[in-house]
Amino acid sequence: MAVLHITTPPTAAVIKRVRAGDEVYFSGRVMTARDKAHRWLLKHDFKPLHNAVLYHCGPMYEYNQDGSINILAAGPTTSARFNHYTPQLIKQYNIRAIMGKGGMDQGVRTALKGIGIYCAAIGGAAVYYAHCITKVHKVYKQEFGMTDAIWELEVKDFPVFCMMDSKGKSLFAEVERKSRHNRKQLYA
Amino acid sequence: MLKTHGNILTLTGQPKRHDLISAIVEMYRVAVTHLPTDVVTGLKTGLKKETNPRAKHVLKTMLQNIDMADCETKPLCQDTGIPLVYVKYQSKKYKQLELKKIIKDATTVATKEVPLRANAYDLIQGKVIGNYPVIYFKETEDQSQIQLLLKGGGSENVSRVYQLPDRSIGADRDFDGIEKCILDAVIKAQGRGCPPYIIGAAVCGNMEEASYRAKNRHLLSINQHNPIPKLAAFEKRILKKINALDIGPMGVGGKTTALGMKFTARYVHPASWFVGVSIGCWSMRRTTLHLP
Repeated sequence: MAVLHITTPPTAAVIKRVRAGDEVYFSGRVMTARDKAHRWLLKHDFKPLHNAVLYHCGPMYEYNQDGSINILAAGPTTSARFNHYTPQLIKQYNIRAIMGKGGMDQGVRTALKGIGIYCAAIGGAAVYYAHCITKVHKVYKQEFGMTDAIWELEVKDFPVFCMMDSKGKSLFAEVERKSRHNRKQLYA
Repeated sequence: MLKTHGNILTLTGQPKRHDLISAIVEMYRVAVTHLPTDVVTGLKTGLKKETNPRAKHVLKTMLQNIDMADCETKPLCQDTGIPLVYVKYQSKKYKQLELKKIIKDATTVATKEVPLRANAYDLIQGKVIGNYPVIYFKETEDQSQIQLLLKGGGSENVSRVYQLPDRSIGADRDFDGIEKCILDAVIKAQGRGCPPYIIGAAVCGNMEEASYRAKNRHLLSINQHNPIPKLAAFEKRILKKINALDIGPMGVGGKTTALGMKFTARYVHPASWFVGVSIGCWSMRRTTLHLP
């Protein structure tokens, strides 16, 4: 298990070096997208998302006195909700790294093969992650509601685990397979 | 006067409407920033037992997050859920309709001040309206109290209701069948609902009662002993089996898949056996407010 520091947007070569199980620290610009955003993004061409690192998240925030936004809590949301949209999103926007929680399905694993990675953040550790967000660049599509809007964030050493690598290895799939086997053993 | 001790708040004297509102806002603040001691202890015990390095790292980060939220009075998780409010009231002292209005007003204030994430989306108007609490009232002769439960959408999405028999998981109408439902819900959830989980389950003759009673198990401390020996043994057995699955915290593998398991059995109907399985995330936010 290696520890890697990656600046966004990551190059193809850097992403190919990341292995499932590696600890990854992202620094630079990341974009959030949730349910409404995914549907919208597939029907439009949204320039800021091209080559971006995607974060499945709907932050909690407050306004500072000068009108700028202060992020209070920003943990990951469940990635599986976007399974259906993600293969096309990866293709359309040249996405090379996705951060979220709980893992994604076989379709996403196939779509990432040879080109991208899926990384898991720790669900509920929202204050911890908020500390890694240094700036809110912009909030797009606020008409979706602030949670579902597309946030352009600046992060510094944002810590995640690579759970699916570009070679097609998925640690979540291994855990699931093992847990099903363990259940069988309980009733053997 | 309002006194706070951990996650228990006590209001004394003769509170006016605005006193009740501020006490409920405080309840929200304590709930979203401060995890109950039993849950924190459960996570620490899990960390001690855990041998998987990735699981250890996950649990350590969770504990670090708990400290940060506590010190900075910031919400533990960005998803403050749909507020669930369980009210027990003495009818000679309180009126249900008045309490309902107070709780709604307090929720609006808390959304702005604590803050809570505005989670209620009105499909008809097509916009977010803030937060809308779900309130359950029960009359009592004991002391009046309000309990607040906040769980995020991730864990709500992996909760389920089963009907027995269920051939797909080999579950018949008996305790073994109920056990298979609970295990199946955890297997299907994997790491998506933020384990280590706190699980509530109930068997009842109708569907909404099964899900309601499964979920209100979350109001109990995870250490609270089931007074019915048969059920206490059942809970213990299931918890052990869940933790033998090796799903682990956040589904990265490990021994700490669930911190607690609570179960209740009500009357079943000759034709209908419903098993509700409410899966709670590790960030089980709950507070109790004792009313005068």
